Amino acid sequence: MGIISRGFHGRGRDEGVKLPPGQYLVHDFPVLSAGPTPRIPLDRWEFTIETETGEKHRWSWQDLMALPSETPTVDLHCVTKWSKLGTTWQGVSLDVLFEDVATTADYALVHAYGGYTTNLPLEDLLDGKAWIAYQFDGEELESEHGGPARLLVPHLYLWKSAKWVRGIQMTQDDEPGFWESVGYHNYGDPWREQRYWGD
Amino acid sequence: MPRGRLEWRIAELIQVKDETPTARTLLFDVPGWPGHLAGQHVDVRLTADDGYSTQRSYSLSAPDRVELTVQKVADGEVSPYLTEVLETGDKLELRGPVGGWFVWRPTGKAPVTLIAGGSGIVPLMAMIRARREAGGATPFKLIYSARAPDERYYAPELRRPEPGVDVTYLYTRAVPEGWTRPPGRITVADVNSGAWPAEFEPDCFVCGPTGFVEAVADMLVALGHDPRRIKTERFGPTGG
Repeated sequence: MGIISRGFHGRGRDEGVKLPPGQYLVHDFPVLSAGPTPRIPLDRWEFTIETETGEKHRWSWQDLMALPSETPTVDLHCVTKWSKLGTTWQGVSLDVLFEDVATTADYALVHAYGGYTTNLPLEDLLDGKAWIAYQFDGEELESEHGGPARLLVPHLYLWKSAKWVRGIQMTQDDEPGFWESVGYHNYGDPWREQRYWGD
Repeated sequence: MPRGRLEWRIAELIQVKDETPTARTLLFDVPGWPGHLAGQHVDVRLTADDGYSTQRSYSLSAPDRVELTVQKVADGEVSPYLTEVLETGDKLELRGPVGGWFVWRPTGKAPVTLIAGGSGIVPLMAMIRARREAGGATPFKLIYSARAPDERYYAPELRRPEPGVDVTYLYTRAVPEGWTRPPGRITVADVNSGAWPAEFEPDCFVCGPTGFVEAVADMLVALGHDPRRIKTERFGPTGG
């Protein structure tokens, strides 16, 4: 425990909910991104998975819509300290997208329209842990929240859930992405409070 | 940037300055502070006597000292404490610096456009101060949108003429006597006249509430700026 702040009592204890360390509860949906919001017309949208051998798997918007979808209800934890609980999404599980992808690489570098990247181990994308999400709360995903589609990996800090996702590149070596290169933790587990380098 | 762990440090409040009726600047003494770049922020941690603790992020307002300007958020948990309860001599915990993207380095050669909405001026002021400290060769333009004249931060400092720093004020609710622009939100025309044109390839830094930042970043893109040169930082409504 740190030093006591004289005269600080705190507000609620976050409504009795268990949150990761250092997080506080919000009920709105704050927006965070590093630059302008890219806008991608659906007829030009595509999602690709490229393996370490250069083999490319592509999905158009119609292809994605034709795949079986799930509606996960998950908690979101942003490294800027807010957590939002019980959010409902619709999207395609990465298990479905990786079904026919032959790879022995252990790492994924996720690319987004606009140039954003983020990295994570492949195993964090599989086994029901991640989706390409295109609806939030029953509505089309707004562009400021990553629409038309974003990656959703809710067990890691939200910067790993790349907005405006465009593709996943499989890599043998772990390559730091955008925030991971400028001080943020390489893995980003909120329950271990892995916010920054060295955490 | 140091690769080591960002340790929590004890910060002692040594000076307070009111910027507006609801915002104040807090200067801390932080032994062992590693230094920071203009635009970076810190995490502040407060702990109650029952062990409950909470954290928030605040932008640093100066490049050469650990100084924050905090806007009181009416229903906030931390900002009312920092703006109304904390007194000089009090201590809190702080760690940083955080964020290596929304930063301006004095070695930057490109002209700089800064566009602030409300308390979004804080990290941009750190950039203006860093420029001044470094001798100020890079031309800056600042557009600062505030609700009313008395809600501007750093008003006396920004009023002093500074060669190479061009300041444009916009007001959304109330304007000074004789002000020709009616109160209102920032428009493309405001950005077009107050910012460097896209042909100059400026670095653009935009900071403010989400709606403001979304709107301004879109305007800059529409005016032909390369999206990669537009860096944004958003203070959500939950910044409290």
